Amino acid sequence: MSMTVAEKILARASGRDAVRAGEFVVADIDLAMIHDIFAVRVFETLLELGIEKLFDPAKVVVVVDHFVPAPTAAIADLHHRIREYVERFGVGTFYDAGEGISHQLLPERGHIRPGMLVIGTDSHTTTYGALGAAAAGVGTSDMVFALATGRLWFRVPETIRYELVGELGPWVAWKDVILAIAGEIGTDGAQYRALEFGGPGAATAPVSGRLTLANMAVELGAKFGIFPADETTWAYLGAPPGEAPVPDADATYTAVHHLDLGTLGPQVALPHDVDRVVPAAGAGDLPIDQAFLGSCTNGRLDDLEAAAAVLRGRHVAPGVRFLVAPASRKVMEEALASGVLATLVEAGATVLPPGCGPCFGGHGGLLGPGERGISASNRNFPGRMGSTEAEIVLASPATVAASAVAGRVVDPREVVDG
Amino acid sequence: MDEVIRGEVWVFGDDISTDLLSPGAYAVDPVEVRKLHVLEALDPNFASSVRPGDLLVVGSNFGCGSSRETAPENLAALGIACVVADSFARIFLRNAVAIGLPVLVCPGARDAIATGEVGEVDLAAGTFRNVDRDTVVVGEPLPDEMREILAAGGILATLRGGVEPGSGVESD
Repeated sequence: MSMTVAEKILARASGRDAVRAGEFVVADIDLAMIHDIFAVRVFETLLELGIEKLFDPAKVVVVVDHFVPAPTAAIADLHHRIREYVERFGVGTFYDAGEGISHQLLPERGHIRPGMLVIGTDSHTTTYGALGAAAAGVGTSDMVFALATGRLWFRVPETIRYELVGELGPWVAWKDVILAIAGEIGTDGAQYRALEFGGPGAATAPVSGRLTLANMAVELGAKFGIFPADETTWAYLGAPPGEAPVPDADATYTAVHHLDLGTLGPQVALPHDVDRVVPAAGAGDLPIDQAFLGSCTNGRLDDLEAAAAVLRGRHVAPGVRFLVAPASRKVMEEALASGVLATLVEAGATVLPPGCGPCFGGHGGLLGPGERGISASNRNFPGRMGSTEAEIVLASPATVAASAVAGRVVDPREVVDG
Repeated sequence: MDEVIRGEVWVFGDDISTDLLSPGAYAVDPVEVRKLHVLEALDPNFASSVRPGDLLVVGSNFGCGSSRETAPENLAALGIACVVADSFARIFLRNAVAIGLPVLVCPGARDAIATGEVGEVDLAAGTFRNVDRDTVVVGEPLPDEMREILAAGGILATLRGGVEPGSGVESD
């Protein structure tokens, strides 16, 4: 029976020859990620249920990334308790505060392989689909169930295929691609479904760009966002091409969309919906108070380089706070070594520690009432980055950097060519 | 769990995010604190006015955003008896079922009732009735696998009871 990648992974994980969209399966979990907001809650619930052992500690990763460094004494204590539970349960891998954002660390440190079924207590767990995995966010109760049993139920999702052709133009980023897709199908356009990316255009995407697309698949409602493994995937993994699920030629899709990358310019998502997408050049007169470059969506080295390319020899506008949070310690080290970080700082950036802080409205760089920010992150819901009376515009790293220079939302080509 | 749930209705619109249901600033606060901030950006009086047994009837993509289970948990803590939506965001739906908060996908229900009117949900039939006007909107009952988890009181109750969700068999 012909299958999509999502169907193949769920069939394999549930010990079946084949599954079809719409079926319910109980599948074995290959990897489970828990971050600092929910770790204590998960471990305490396990203990309340009398469960002292994880199904397989080697398949569990705990990351402290949301509150880094601890902004309050209470959260410092929360982190302390996480470290105790990590020890007590023998968690296989623990990344403490300062190492980076979970969705950067798991791919970067080699935890993700093509074909895996991964769950995480974070909606952006879809990110790991960039490496050919089926990865979905779950809540804490589902996570507790999975940690206790090694299994979890799934409804096999229908799949929407995106065939990408052509190449991105100068100053156009993979972020612009996913924003354009959001504008096309809407924030519930892939609800309960898997998004599968393919075609010659997808083959041109570096892993950093694939991570951005898979990351924001959840903003379209998707359960998974998957780039089937190819040469680029294996090169990133530093491994010879191995076995990995690829879609069958006659797999069943609920929709197949075609997108010519060459037709895209820089995009922005206006407040307060990810699918309120317009060309950056047509955003209107939107002065900004803050520009944020970072997050699991766009805090990688390629993203910092794209911003530095705009900012070299330029300075952010007076009155604009330009915040940069590299997605991991490794990204920060590489940006230091290459001079990219110096370029950003010379242009006026305030460098934040690797972590999630401002993106989810947690701490360290929030927006006040009446303020407007442009952000390379993933959500512009009311209150997402602080005050519910603030406005957030989503954009690519280059567009964020250019807007920081202009003091208002602009197409980066206006700054670099202007 | 009753499969027919009647209560006074609160109506909200589309794309209600988890940031509105469980703001990030209170992410690690106890539920007694978190529940006071539910939907405060849309209706500052909601959390103080809502009563146990009330129903939430909303538009499409309800609960979009984060994986935070605190979103349905906060609603349950306020006493919301059921959420009826044109559509739910995937993780919210999953989390509601996981904690045993009844939900119904029923496109059109939101347009068939106003805040303050009385509604009645039939989870097995997948219908929503405006009791005051005696009109019915037909939705979709949740799949049996999910209703089993709801009926058990949530996925952890199934773990306690030795019943594996979706497996249809009891284990010892």
